[in-house]
This record gives sequence, C-alpha cells and structure tokens, in this order.
Amino acid sequence: MKMDKVLFGDNQFFAVSHMSDEKSRQQAVRFKEDSSIIRVLDQARETGINTFMCTTHDRIASICDYMRSNPDKYKGFKIYPCMPYAHKYANAVTELGIVGTIRQYVPGNIFSTFAKGGIAYMNKDFIRLMEIFIDAEMKMFQGISTPVIFLQNVLVDMILGLKALEVFTAYDAYIRRKYNAEPGYISMNLPALLDGLNSVGIENPIICTSVNKIGFRMSGGKDVYEKYLAEKKFRPIAMQVLAAGALKPKEAIEYLGNFPRIESVLFGASSRAHIKETKELIEQYL
Amino acid sequence: MLKAGIIGLGKMGLSHAAIVNPHPLVEMVAVCDTSSLVLDAFRKFTRVRVYDDYVKMMDSEALDFVVIATPTKLHYKIVKYALGKGIHTFCEKPFSLTLKEGAELVALAEKYGLVNQVGYHNHFIGTFRELKRLLGLEILGDLVHFSGEAYGPVVTKAKGGTWRSDPEEGGGCLFDYASHVINLIQEIIGKPVKVEGSKLKKIYSKEVEDAVYSILTLENGLSGILSVNWSDETYRKMSTSLTVIGKKGKIICDATEVKIYLKDANQSEKLDKGWTIKYITELAIPVNFYLRGEEYSAQIDNFVEHVVNKKQTEINTFQQALITDKVMDLIIEDSKAK
Repeated sequence: MKMDKVLFGDNQFFAVSHMSDEKSRQQAVRFKEDSSIIRVLDQARETGINTFMCTTHDRIASICDYMRSNPDKYKGFKIYPCMPYAHKYANAVTELGIVGTIRQYVPGNIFSTFAKGGIAYMNKDFIRLMEIFIDAEMKMFQGISTPVIFLQNVLVDMILGLKALEVFTAYDAYIRRKYNAEPGYISMNLPALLDGLNSVGIENPIICTSVNKIGFRMSGGKDVYEKYLAEKKFRPIAMQVLAAGALKPKEAIEYLGNFPRIESVLFGASSRAHIKETKELIEQYL
Repeated sequence: MLKAGIIGLGKMGLSHAAIVNPHPLVEMVAVCDTSSLVLDAFRKFTRVRVYDDYVKMMDSEALDFVVIATPTKLHYKIVKYALGKGIHTFCEKPFSLTLKEGAELVALAEKYGLVNQVGYHNHFIGTFRELKRLLGLEILGDLVHFSGEAYGPVVTKAKGGTWRSDPEEGGGCLFDYASHVINLIQEIIGKPVKVEGSKLKKIYSKEVEDAVYSILTLENGLSGILSVNWSDETYRKMSTSLTVIGKKGKIICDATEVKIYLKDANQSEKLDKGWTIKYITELAIPVNFYLRGEEYSAQIDNFVEHVVNKKQTEINTFQQALITDKVMDLIIEDSKAK
C-alpha cells in the first residue's frame, strides 16, 4: 500500500504550536466549533488531499461522526490515527497515578476479574492491556478507512529509551492482525528508532519524523538523519518540515527534495491559500 | 560507563529512565518502585534489575548516581541514604518538605563532595536561558516590575486523588506548579526575600490549593507578582511564563518564545526599537535523545557531564532548590496570617 504524498495534520486544530503559545490560543478560539475544523478539512480535500493524520483527541470523535453521516462526501478519504493523545493521559497520571489512570481509561471495571481489562490487569498481561487501550482509542474510527495506525512519539520514544523493544513487536502484530493496517511510528529519534525496530525484526517500517533544513527536533543531529534518509531502508514521512514556522515553505520543501525516499510529507495549515501552496510545493519537489 | 539507578517510576521517573538509559555514557542497571505492576512491566520488557526497596537497591548495586522521582515526602530519607553511600544524586522538584531536612541534605552533599541537582528543567529551555542572558546585559535598564505565571489543566474537576491531594505530602499547586515559577524568578530575576498578600485558593480540590497568588519582593528590592493555577483548562498543558518590565522596555518569555520590546534599538544585540521575537527553534539546546522536550534530556546531560568530571553543577543545585522551598514556606505562612 502506497501512502499519499501529502498528509494533512491536525495540530492547528488543537492549539498545538511548537513555536508560540500565543498562536496556540488563537487557534483554540478559531477552531472552537467542529464545523470550522470540517471546513478546513474540506478545503484540504478540495486541493486533492485525501489523508488526514490526527491524534485520538476527543474532538476527533465528532469529526468522525460527521464523516460517517456523510459517506458520499468522504468517499476515498482516509484517516491515519495517532495514539494516544498523550496529554489526556499525562494530566491523568499527574493527578491519579498510573493505576488510577488505567482505571479511568480502560473500559469496564479494571478491578473486576470478570471484565476483559480486569483479567488482563490481574494477570499483568501487559500486551493484552495494550491491546485493550488500542481498541479503546480506535473505537471512534469505526467504519472509517484507517490504513496506517501510528503510535505517538512520546510513547514510541519512551519505549525506545527504555529499550523495551518487544512492545513494538506486539504493537506491530496487533495492528496488522486486528485492523488489517500498517503500523506506523512517530519519533523524534529516527536513527535510534530505526536501529531498534530493525533489531527486533521489524523491517521497512513507516516512520514519521522531523526533517527540516535547520535540524529542529532532529535528535542526534541533522547529519545522521540525512545519512539515514539517503541510505537506510524505511518508509519516511517528513514532519515539522517548516520547523514550527521558522522556515519559509519554499526553502523548506525544496530541502526535502534532496531525499527522494521520503514517501510522504505531513503538514497542517488553517487557510486555503497555505494548504494549496504547500501541497503544490510538495508535488513539485518530491 | 556510569552505573545509574532510578527510584520512583511515576510520570517523571519513567521519563527520566527513558532518557538516562540511552545516554551513551550511562548504563541504567536498576530501577526501584513500590508498584508491582510497574516493576513487572520492567521485568518483562527490559533488562534492568528491579527493586521494591531503595535501600536494598543501593546496597546491592555499585551505583555512580541515582535519579529520585518519588513523592516529595520520601525525598529526604532516600537522598540522605544515597549521599551516605557516596552516590551522586539527581532529585525531582520540589526538593524537601521541611527546611530543616533540606538544609541537612545541602550540607551532606557539600560535605561528601557529591554532584547534586534538582529537576527544575525550565533552566534547560533555550528561551529562559536567553531571558537570563538578556537581563544580565541589563537591556531593560532599571527594572520596575515582574510577573511569574504558570497555568495548566491538572485538576479540572472535583474528586479525590493521590498523594498530590494531600497537603502533608507536598501535593498541591504550590509545590507542583508554583515551585517552577518561583525557581525561575529566583535564578533569573532575583531571590525573593519577602512575600505579601499570599492566597492559596482551592478550586476543585478539597485538601490542597489549586491556585497560588502572591506579591514577592526580591533581595534587590524589586517587587512583582506570582500567579499560578493548575485548574485552568484553557491551557492544553502546563504553560509557564515570566514578564519583566524595565525603564527601557519589557520582555515576555515562555517555553516557546522570547518577546522583547525596547524603547530604543540595542545595536550590540541587534534588537530593533519596538518588538523583536526570538523563537525556541533558534534557541533550543541540541540533544542526542529527545523525549517530551529538549530540556528533560539537557538536564540529564548536564548532570551526567558533571558526574563524569566530578564537578558540582552550577545549575539547579540542592542549595538553589532549598531557596525555592524557603520561598514556598514564606508563602504558606503569609497565607495563614490574618
């Protein structure tokens, strides 16, 4: 399965700006209503973008509802879910602790041995617990095409840092088996991640990672990233290509043109003009 | 290779473990927690040895350093034990629950000549470093006011909780959120020596404060305000900022940008008259491994580097963290005074 060259991201909808907290707030105001998110998504569709890569944020659930109730309009439109929406869990862990968080988010009573989650918890069946979390996060996408399913960077990089690489193997197998989809990995540590995945037999993985001319969030340095992009076997999706806005679109995308193996580019924008400009640049240089 | 152990595997402990482990100069040999669930997960998926008792861990392993990320009330006895064993110690913030205990730990670390650092990670964010540098150059002239703020969505509805909802255990917005802001003010603008008008407000929590407001006076005489609220769901995550106003202009600094307003251009710093904005993209400290923000890795890099060189760090020492604890103590006392 080939991925689209252009993937539309969702940071702009959920007040995520890596450059400015003030901009975040402005976005939160602008995208208060789901209809304003849908309007921008539709503008992206009109320019020919057919993949929306988004976190499993609560509000995505209502966007999915809208898509399901308008099947003709969204025919052929795909979503690449990215799980989990980390802040939901991070804030919960601060307040409730790890067990409290599991209790809050695993469906059913986690301390009941009769519930699916309860049995997994009691047996410390971590892989089963992970599967239950994945299913809970995936529920909102029922009936929508999700050919690639991503683990978010905070989780990928934590698993990688702990060298708990078997978790990736289990994730990989479950996504293929249960969802008939390709597993994807978002990471801020491309070289270490690819080496790690390869070491447990995961070949040619889809990795979404920062690629930009100024080396922003390219951990370990731009040189080693460039080497990996040129020489190693994986399916790269470039993200943070504008380096949170520090780069102009043309110079940013032109730089990506140096790496013909980049399969897709992930970007988010809120205006029709920006979406169109960036998409055309990607098609021109990649 | 340095041998490291992590004590306390909550959110911060897990994050530290995932950063310490891939460090090229470190081998993370052991972790310690009281949750059998977490320990079993480490047993199953990693190669580190697991302990449910920190004494046993430090007695059995030849550790060069430990990272302590337990609930605050446990810091004292664990840090003391580590120092007694000659182990360099990184401790999460806030440092100690009582000033007496904190002072004892500062003295012990000094006595044994051990590297000590506390997790006030904002000092490893490029923007706050830049603010400190600019203030050092006195680009704002005489200072007239500051405000230190932090807002975020930790407790957004009423319900019971963990040690964070217990005032005796150092839960609450003052220790968790405001400590960061006080520490930034103290190291970047000046040490607070007097507090007035302090309010510790409960919003959703029953036992602890959800917001902290106070007027601080620094040792240089400058006064300003502290405004912190962890029950503000208009923020997606913790957002910390400092605003400093001087006779020649003003700077607003947060983790993503430094906004500088000058009445007159500053040639040597290439700052225009009016607004200049510097972004984290040009100020971030490069790291080899990234998790949740450069600052978390950069602070561990700094600690490891000082352990390797057997030289005490100047950033985030126990001593500095104790000053923050003292200011929090002043705020608590002031809030009670009627």
